[in-house]
Amino acid sequence: MNNDAPKLLQVENLRQHFPVRGGLMMRQIGAVKAVDGVSFDIHSGETLGLVGESGCGKSTLGKSVVRLLSPTSGKVFFKGHDITNMRQGAIRPLRQDFQMVFQDPAESLDARMAVGELVAEPLVIQKMGGRVTIQKRVAELLNRVGLPENAAGKFPFEFSGGQRQRIGIARALALNPDLLVLDEPVSALDVSVQSQVMNLLLELQRDLEMSYLFIAHDLAVVKHMSDRIAVMYLGKIVELAPADEIYNNPRHAYTKALLSAIPTPDPTAERKRVVLDGDVPSPIDPPEGCAFGHRVNHSRYPESIGRELPFVEITPNHWVQKCPCCVD
Amino acid sequence: MSSLLEINRLVTSFDTDAGWVRAVDGISFSVEAGKTVGLVGESGCGKTVTAMSIIDLLPKPSGNVLEGEINFKGQDLRKVDRSQMRKIRGGEIGVIFQEPMAALNPVHRIGKQLVEILKIHEKISSREALQKAVQLLDAVGIPAPEKRISSYPHQLSGGMRQRVMIAIALACEPDLLIADEPTTALDVTVQAQILELIGSMQQKLGMAVLMITHDLGVIAQNCDEVVVMYAGRIVERAPVVELFANPQHAYTKGLLSSIPRIDSERKSHLSTIPGQVASIQDFVSGCRFCQRMECDDATILRQRPDYREITPGHWVETCPQCFKV
Repeated sequence: MNNDAPKLLQVENLRQHFPVRGGLMMRQIGAVKAVDGVSFDIHSGETLGLVGESGCGKSTLGKSVVRLLSPTSGKVFFKGHDITNMRQGAIRPLRQDFQMVFQDPAESLDARMAVGELVAEPLVIQKMGGRVTIQKRVAELLNRVGLPENAAGKFPFEFSGGQRQRIGIARALALNPDLLVLDEPVSALDVSVQSQVMNLLLELQRDLEMSYLFIAHDLAVVKHMSDRIAVMYLGKIVELAPADEIYNNPRHAYTKALLSAIPTPDPTAERKRVVLDGDVPSPIDPPEGCAFGHRVNHSRYPESIGRELPFVEITPNHWVQKCPCCVD
Repeated sequence: MSSLLEINRLVTSFDTDAGWVRAVDGISFSVEAGKTVGLVGESGCGKTVTAMSIIDLLPKPSGNVLEGEINFKGQDLRKVDRSQMRKIRGGEIGVIFQEPMAALNPVHRIGKQLVEILKIHEKISSREALQKAVQLLDAVGIPAPEKRISSYPHQLSGGMRQRVMIAIALACEPDLLIADEPTTALDVTVQAQILELIGSMQQKLGMAVLMITHDLGVIAQNCDEVVVMYAGRIVERAPVVELFANPQHAYTKGLLSSIPRIDSERKSHLSTIPGQVASIQDFVSGCRFCQRMECDDATILRQRPDYREITPGHWVETCPQCFKV
C-alpha cells in the first residue's frame, strides 16, 4: 500500500447511534451504538476491507460514510470536504464521486424498472446529458460489466443473481465515482459466480482507478480483495493493518479467533479452531470496558472496565485497540 | 454390509407451470452408520430436494418422488405409510433446517416444542419429558437451561436457536441426522461452535450425518465422504481427502479452483466457471455441465454419461468432455 497516496476519505471518531424508544410516551430509553467511535482513512486507488460478524455495525458504517445516514458525531471528510453535516442538497454534486453497491440486488433494484432505466437513473438525476448521450453511456456501462447488449430492455427478474449484481455495479459506476462502498457484494452469490464478480471488481478497480470500502463477513474473500483490513467488533474497530499482516500476525484476540474459525477448504489441514463461547453482545447495552474480553470471560477483563482503550499503532501501519485482556 | 441409508436412482419431480421438471434426476449414493457425508453444490442443484425426498417433506402436491428407492435400515421409505414415516422422522432420522426461525414455532416456548417431540416418540410422562428437555438444552450448550426452557424462539440469538433445533433433532437419539445448511445463516465464530457441537454429538450418539452445504470449507473439515451435485445429478463422489486432492470432473475442479483461499495471492485473477446453470426446464438429457460450457457436440448433450469407479469409492460421471482419463 502506498502511504503517500492522497487521502480520499478520512473518518474521525465517527459515531452512529440509533435511539431506542419505549414506555408510554415513547421517550428515548437508550441507544443502539451501532458505530461507536471509529477512525480510518482510505487512500486513492486502495481497497479497505471491513470484516466483522453480523450486528457489529459494518453496514451501518458503510451507510454513514456515504451519508445515507446522518452521523451522530465525529467527522467524515471526502476529498477534503467535510460532509458530516452537509445538507442533502449540498451533498448531491459530491455524490457522483462516491457510490454504493448493496448486498442483495434483488432488493436494491426496483423491480418495475427496466435495466436500462435503472442504470440511467443516476445519470438523469445528475443531468449528465440528453437522451442519446445517456443511452450511449448505458450501453457502454452494460458492456463494461459484462452484460449482453439487449439487457437494457429487460427487467431485473429476468437475470440470475450474479447478473443482477452486475446491474447494481453498472448503476454505481454510471457517474465515474472515485469511491465505491461495496456492502457484501458477493455474499448472496454461489461460489462459481462469486469469483466472476470478484474478478470484475478487481478489473474495474485497476482500469478506473477507484477506491473501495469492501464490507464482507467472509474473510477469505476480504483478504483477496483488500490492501488493508479493518476488523470490527461491536461498533468499534479493534484492529487495522495491511491485509497480509493481519493474517500472518494478528494481534487482537478477536482477530485471532475470527481467523481460526474459518473452515479451510483442505481436509488434510490441521484444525486449530479457537471456539468462542457466546454471541456478540447487544449494542443496545454494551458491556463496560473491553467488549470482547467480556464475551470470552477473560481473567483480566475486569482491568479494562472504566479505562480508556486507546487505538495505537504498534508497528508501522498496524493499529490495535489496546486492552489488558485481548492484546499481549 | 448394507449401508444405513442407500439411495438408488432417485428421481424427484415438481409439477410447475412449465410442466414437470426433474429437480433430482436419478441419483444414487449411500451413507454408512456413524459417518458424515457432505452433499455439495450450487443453489438449485437439488441438494435440499434430495433431503426432503428422504424424509417425505416435499411440498405437496407439486413435489413427488417418481422413481428409485430410499432404503433406510433395510426398509424402503417410499413404501412406508404416513404414520410410520412420522415415527421415523424425528425418531430415527433427525433434521436440522437452515433457518431455525422458520423451523421453530414462534408462538410456543422452546420447552413445549421439545416436550412435544419427546412425547410423540417416547412413552414418557410430561414431567419426565420436561426434565429430559432441560438435559437436552444443557447438552447442546445452552446456558441456564431451566430458565431458557420457557423462552420463545424470538428471545434467542441465531446461534442459540440453531442449538435448540439441534436439541430437537437429537431428542430421540436418531441414527441419521440430516443437516440442511445448518450454519449458512450464522457468523463464522458461531458456525464453528455449531459444527463442533454436531461433531461431538455425533461421536456421543454414534449417528450418521448427511450434511448439505455449499461451503467447501465446511465439507473439507467435517465430512468423510463428499457427493458433488450439479443440475439435479451427481457428477462425482469420493472420500473427502481423495476428492480435494484428486478431483476428476471438470465441474468439481472448477468449483475447487474458484474459491478464494487465505493463502492465495491477493488481488490476483481467480479462476471461474463461465456462464451459469441453465434453467431447470431447459436441462438437456446429456451432460449438463457441457450445456453450461456451451459445448456443441449433439451426442454429449443428448446421451446421459455413465458412472465409473476410478479408485475404490471414487465415482465420476464419464462425460468425454468433463472427464478425461
